[in-house]
Formats: sequence, C-alpha cells, structure tokens
Amino acid sequence: MAEEHGRKWDRCLADTAVKTVTGLGVGIVFSVLLFKRRTWPVAFGSGLGVGMGYTNCQNDFRLPYLIHGRMVKVKEQS
Amino acid sequence: MLRACLRGANATARNNCRRNPLTSVQHCRHYTAGETSGATKVVAAGLLTVSSGIGGTILYAKWDHKFRAAVEKNVPYSDLLFSLALGPSSQEGLPIKKQTELAQPPSMMDKQVKASKAKSEKKVKEAAESPAKESSPATTQPAQSIEEASVEATHIISAIGEVPSVPAPCDTESAAVKEECKECHDHKDTPVTAVVHPNTESPVAMEPLKERPVEEVAARLAQQDQEEQDILASVSASLEESLASSAKTTLQAIGAQEAALQAITQHTHKLKEAMEAEVPPQEKSAQWKDLEAALANRTCAMNDASTALLKANETLGSLKSVIDKSKGLNIAAVHPLVLAAEENLHNMIVDLDKVVTKVQSAESEAKIVSQYSELVNEAKQQFQREVSSLTPEIQANWKGLTGKLSADDLNALIAHAHRRIDQLNRELAEQRVREQIHIDAALEQQKLEDQKALEKAVNTTLQHVKEEARLEQERKLGELREVMEAEMRTQLRRQAAAHTDHVQDVLKVQEHELRAEAEQVLSSKMLEQETRYRQLNQEQLDNFTLDMNTAYARLKGMEEAIDSHVVAEEEARKAHQLWLSVEALNYTLKTTDSDLPTIPLKSAAEAVRDSCHDNDFALALASALPEESLHRGVYSEASLRARFNSLRSLARRVALIDESHNSLYQYFLSYLQAALLFEDEQKAPPTQLSREDLDPFKLLSYASYCLEHGDLELAAKLVNQLRGETRRVVEDWLTEARLTLETRQVVSLLSAYANAVGLGTTQAP
Repeated sequence: MAEEHGRKWDRCLADTAVKTVTGLGVGIVFSVLLFKRRTWPVAFGSGLGVGMGYTNCQNDFRLPYLIHGRMVKVKEQS
Repeated sequence: MLRACLRGANATARNNCRRNPLTSVQHCRHYTAGETSGATKVVAAGLLTVSSGIGGTILYAKWDHKFRAAVEKNVPYSDLLFSLALGPSSQEGLPIKKQTELAQPPSMMDKQVKASKAKSEKKVKEAAESPAKESSPATTQPAQSIEEASVEATHIISAIGEVPSVPAPCDTESAAVKEECKECHDHKDTPVTAVVHPNTESPVAMEPLKERPVEEVAARLAQQDQEEQDILASVSASLEESLASSAKTTLQAIGAQEAALQAITQHTHKLKEAMEAEVPPQEKSAQWKDLEAALANRTCAMNDASTALLKANETLGSLKSVIDKSKGLNIAAVHPLVLAAEENLHNMIVDLDKVVTKVQSAESEAKIVSQYSELVNEAKQQFQREVSSLTPEIQANWKGLTGKLSADDLNALIAHAHRRIDQLNRELAEQRVREQIHIDAALEQQKLEDQKALEKAVNTTLQHVKEEARLEQERKLGELREVMEAEMRTQLRRQAAAHTDHVQDVLKVQEHELRAEAEQVLSSKMLEQETRYRQLNQEQLDNFTLDMNTAYARLKGMEEAIDSHVVAEEEARKAHQLWLSVEALNYTLKTTDSDLPTIPLKSAAEAVRDSCHDNDFALALASALPEESLHRGVYSEASLRARFNSLRSLARRVALIDESHNSLYQYFLSYLQAALLFEDEQKAPPTQLSREDLDPFKLLSYASYCLEHGDLELAAKLVNQLRGETRRVVEDWLTEARLTLETRQVVSLLSAYANAVGLGTTQAP
C-alpha cells in the first residue's frame, strides 16, 4: 500500500508535468496563432494544464474515498 | 472584633501615610522625607494591633468558652495557642466534674448510712452510760430493735421461703409457730445484740436459731411436760399422803368419837339404869362400879376422841394447806386430784362434824342424864341426910332396913316422909306455879340454845353446802374442762387426722412424682445405653463396611491403574507424535528470511493433522490455521518490524488525510505537519488509551515501542486505531501482522496443547 502512494505521486507529478507542458504548448500555439503573441494564453494554457493535472492528481488520491451513489426511488408501500 | 482591629490598623496606616494603597510606600517616603521611620511606624502599629487583637481574643476566650470553641473551630492553630495560654479547654474538665458529682452522692449516702449507724451506736452508748436518758434511747432502741427484728424477720421469712419444703398447711402452721418462736427469740435477742452486731451476722445467727426453736420448743414442751409430771406426781403423792394421813386420823377421830359416843351412851344408859332400876344393893355397887368404869371409859374415850379430833383437825388443816398449795400451782392435771382431795376433805370434815355433833348431842344428853342423876343423887343424899339426921343410926342403905327400924323411927320417918311429901307438894305446887315461867325460861333458854345450835348448825350446814356447792362447781368445772379437753382433743385428733390424710395424699403424690421421675431417669438411661450399644454396633458395621469398601476400591483402582497404564502408554505415544509434529510446525515458522515469508505451512499442518486424527481440539486448531499461511507462509516479526519502520514516515506524511480532507492542499498541509511535528521515536503506550492518544503520531510511536519490545499484538492493536489515509497506507501491514499473529497463536496453542498432553501422559518416576 505504501508503494501505491509513491506510485500515485509519480503518476500525479508526471501527469501534471505533461499537462502543464501540453498546456504551455497549446498556449504558445494559440498565442502565436490567434492572440498575437500575448502572454496570457500561455499562462492560461499552462495554468489550464496545471489545474488539470492538480485535479487529476487530487481525484487520483481521492479515488478510494469516492462514493458512487445512485438515487433509488423508494416505492411507497401501499 | 478582628475586623474592627483590622479597620483600626488600616486607619492607623492611612493616618500614618495618608495613602490608601500600602504599596505606595515610596510616595510616603517622598512626602515625609524627614521621617524615614514611617514604615517602621506602620509595622509597629500593625504589630501592636495584631498583638492586642490576639490578647483580646485570648482574654475573651478565657471568659467565654463558646467563643473559644468557635475560634478553635474556625481558626486552624488557635487551639494550640489557647492551650498554651489558658490550659486545656474546660470541656475536658466538665466530665471530670460530673464524675466527681456522681461519685459524691453515693459517698454521701454511705456517709449518711454510716452517720445513722454511728448515731444509733452513740445512742446505745449514751443509753449504756446515762440511765437517766434511758427512756428515749430505750424507746428508740425497742423501735429500732423492732424495726431490725422485723427486718430480720423478713430476712428469716425470705430465707424460709427459699428453703424448699413440702407444701402442706401444717407446715405453714409450724412455720408460723417457728416465726413466732423466732420473733420471741428476736425480741429477746435484739435488745442485746441488735445495735452491736451488724446485720450480716443476724442471718447467720438466725440460721442456727432456725434449727433450734423446733427442738427447743419440743424440749421445752417436753421439759414442761416433765415438770408437770413431776409436779403432778409430787402433788399427787403429797395429796395422797396427806389424804391418807388425814383419812386415817379422821377415821381414828371418827372411831374415837364413836367410841366416845358409845361410851357416853353406855354411860348414860348405865346411869339411867342405875338411876331408875331397882336392883339389890349388891348389884348396885357393881352397877356403881360399872358406872364408874363406864364414866372412866367415857372420860378416856372423850379424851381420846378430843385428841383424835385435834389430830384430825391438824391433818385436815395440813391437807387443806397442801390442797391450797397445789391449787396455787395452777396446773391442769392437778385439778381433779385437788378436787377429789377437797371432796374427801369435805366429806371427812362433814363426817367429823356429824360425829362431833352426835357426840355433842350425846354429851348433852349425858349431861342431862348426869344432871338428873346428880339431882337424884343430891335428893337422895339430902334424903339420906335427912333420914340420917332423923335417924342417925340408920345405915345408908336404907332399903335393907325394914326389919331393924323401930316404930318411932318409922313414925319419924313417916312424919318426915309426910313432911317431905308436904314439902314436895308445896314445891310441886310452887313448881307448878312457876312451871310456866320456868318452862318459858327454859323454853327461852332452850330457844336460845336451840337458836345457837341452829345457827351453828346452819352455819356449819351453810359452810358445808357452800363447800359442796363449790366442790360441785369445781367438779362441774373439772367436768367441763374435761369435756372441753376431750372436745379439743377430738378436734385436734380430727385435725391431726386431716393432717395425716393430707400428708398421706401429699406423700402419695410425691411418691408418684418421684416414681415417675425415677422411671423417666431409668428409661432415659436405658435408652441411652441401648442407643450407645446400637451405635457401637453400627460403628463396627460401618467400619467393617468401610474397610471392605476401601479394599474393594483399592482393588478396583489398581485394576484401573493397570488398564490406564496401557491406555496412558498409547496416549503418551500419540502425544509424543503430536508434539513432534507441532514442533515441526513451530520450526517452520522460524524458517524465514528478513523480508520473505516463511515456507508454506501446509505440509507441517498436514503432519499435525495426521498425528491427531482422533483429537478434536487439535484438529480444530490445525484447521484454524489461515489459508494464506498454509499456502503462502507468514512473515516474521522482524520483517514486519522493518516494514513498519519504513511505513511510519509515509503514515506520518498522510496523517491529516481522511475521507473529508483529501484535497491536495490537505496533502500539502499534512506534509508540512509531518515535517514540523516531532514526536518520540518510541513511547510506551499507556494501559488505557484516552482520546488524546488516538493521534496518529502518538499511535505510531506507541506501535514502534511495542514492536521494538516484541509485542506485535499490541502494535497491531494500536495500528488498528489509525483512521483515514494512514489506515489505508498501513492496511497491508496490518493484514500481514494479523496473519502472522493468527498463525503464531494457533501454533502456540497447539504446542501448548501438545506440551500439556505430553506432560499429562508422562509417568512420574
């Protein structure tokens, strides 16, 4: 179980890094292509990437605690 | 008061410094620069007030004990202070006083009693010394003596009541008699011994008296009876004697009187004869001789009679005196004797009197006759003188003179005779004339004499009658007394009879009771003996049966022992096998490297199962081994320990993460906490976990401690308390630990069982 924690972190960090870079790249692309070399899409893209990676990481860590609930309509007993 | 002192102290302090807070002593010092002793003044004033307060408290406590008690109760060490200053509190002294007071009344009472005794003694002494004051002490003494006698009587009565006696009415009578006797004794004794002797002696003195009166009374009665008898005997003897003597003398007197009477009558007769009878002169002299003899006889007889009468009177007088004396003795039994004696006396007196009267009458007759004879003699003599004067030659015996006389003499004689006849006629006529007078005088004389005689006779008869009446009365009294005595005797006899009946009844009842008691005792003793005999019999039987039983049991035991030996051998073999297999299982547990699990325990478990195929317990245990251990093997404790140590840092890092807190930010915080928080590497876990101990860091340190000290179980328990992410992290370790523990438990149970069985089956040398 302890290794899983480490694995998770590895995955998480890798994933975040990839997403950040990817976001950065997409941002750069968009900045270059659409937004006249402004910085904000880069920041935006990297931020997007970081955010996505953070959320993924968080979700990955939360996974054991997530409860998938379903709504069950209780039929009234007549 | 204390508050007042405090206020005063404050006021003085304020007055000293003119400042409210005492802390501003510095200002005070600045103000009164010259007076550097302000503080000292304050201190001195304070000390003064405190000491005065304490002194006042002590004084007031000395005066008011309640205040002292209140202060002692409220202020801690004030009781020491008070005891130092005033001595012990007076509450301790009160019980002592009460005791002394209580002791005093009894002592006073004793003193009073002693004083009264002393007073009584003094009274006695005074009475002894001053007879003049005898009256009052004597009155008190008899009163005291009566009181004490009554007290002693009550003692005696109570003592009698305690003594068991046969319940019969006669006893009460005798008891009453005893009491009366004792009271008599007491009344006799107490005036002498009451005051001098203490009361304790009296019951002792009474007890021998209790015995004595019966005997003494009986003795006295006997003595009295004896005395009476003696007196009676003596009296009767004397009476008889005197009676006899008096009777004799009386008889003698009577005889003498009768003889005298006889003599008198004879003499008179003879005289008459001599007077009247015409006898020849020869016979006349004989007659006259006879007459003289008769006269002499008569005088003799008279003398005899008189002497005898005197003697008889004497004896009668003595008899009377004796009778009077015996009457004076006043004893009942004497009375009839006395009465008889009196009667005899009376009779004798009467006889004597009768005889005497007879004699007197005879005497009077004789006197008459003698007078007549004297007259006749005188006349004869006168005639004779006359005749002799006329005829001096004529002899006296003129009757024989018829042949010798002459005519003259005869004429003279006839003339004399005529003259004499004339004289006699004249005398006769005179006499006839004076006859009446003479007769009257004679009658008078006779009357007088008769009266005298009558009086005398009347007196004597009266006396006799009186005497007779008295005698009759006495006789009647005697008879009545006899009757009464007879009646009394009959009543007493009846009472005695009743008493004897009652006593008989009581004796019968007692006999019954005693018999019943004796029979009961006998029966109980017999029963006892029988039961004892039976008991002994039974005991013997029981002992024999017991011995037989023990022998049989021992035999049986020996047989069983021999049988069980065989069984035990078999069991021992099996146990050995089991033990060996369990040891093998145990050994497999130890075959482990640091991180790899042991070899699978399957084969060893099989071996164990084989070796105990008939033992349910061991079978159950063998099948209780977890599957994982069988197939995979278990980790050793050391590997688990090492793993835990590596896990610990991770667990620390995710300490804050649980279901609700599991964002990355929480992770960051958790990491920060782990970095900043320092706890003991190992900490001994407490015996009871409290809420603070459920902190993961603490738990981890407890678990480390436990692991380091080889207590895997407690470490697992503690690790089980982790929650959240830490729990998830250490879950694997926990399962492994559980597995190891389980296996080890089973194996240890099996080995313990095998050991036990082996121990059980081993034969002691």
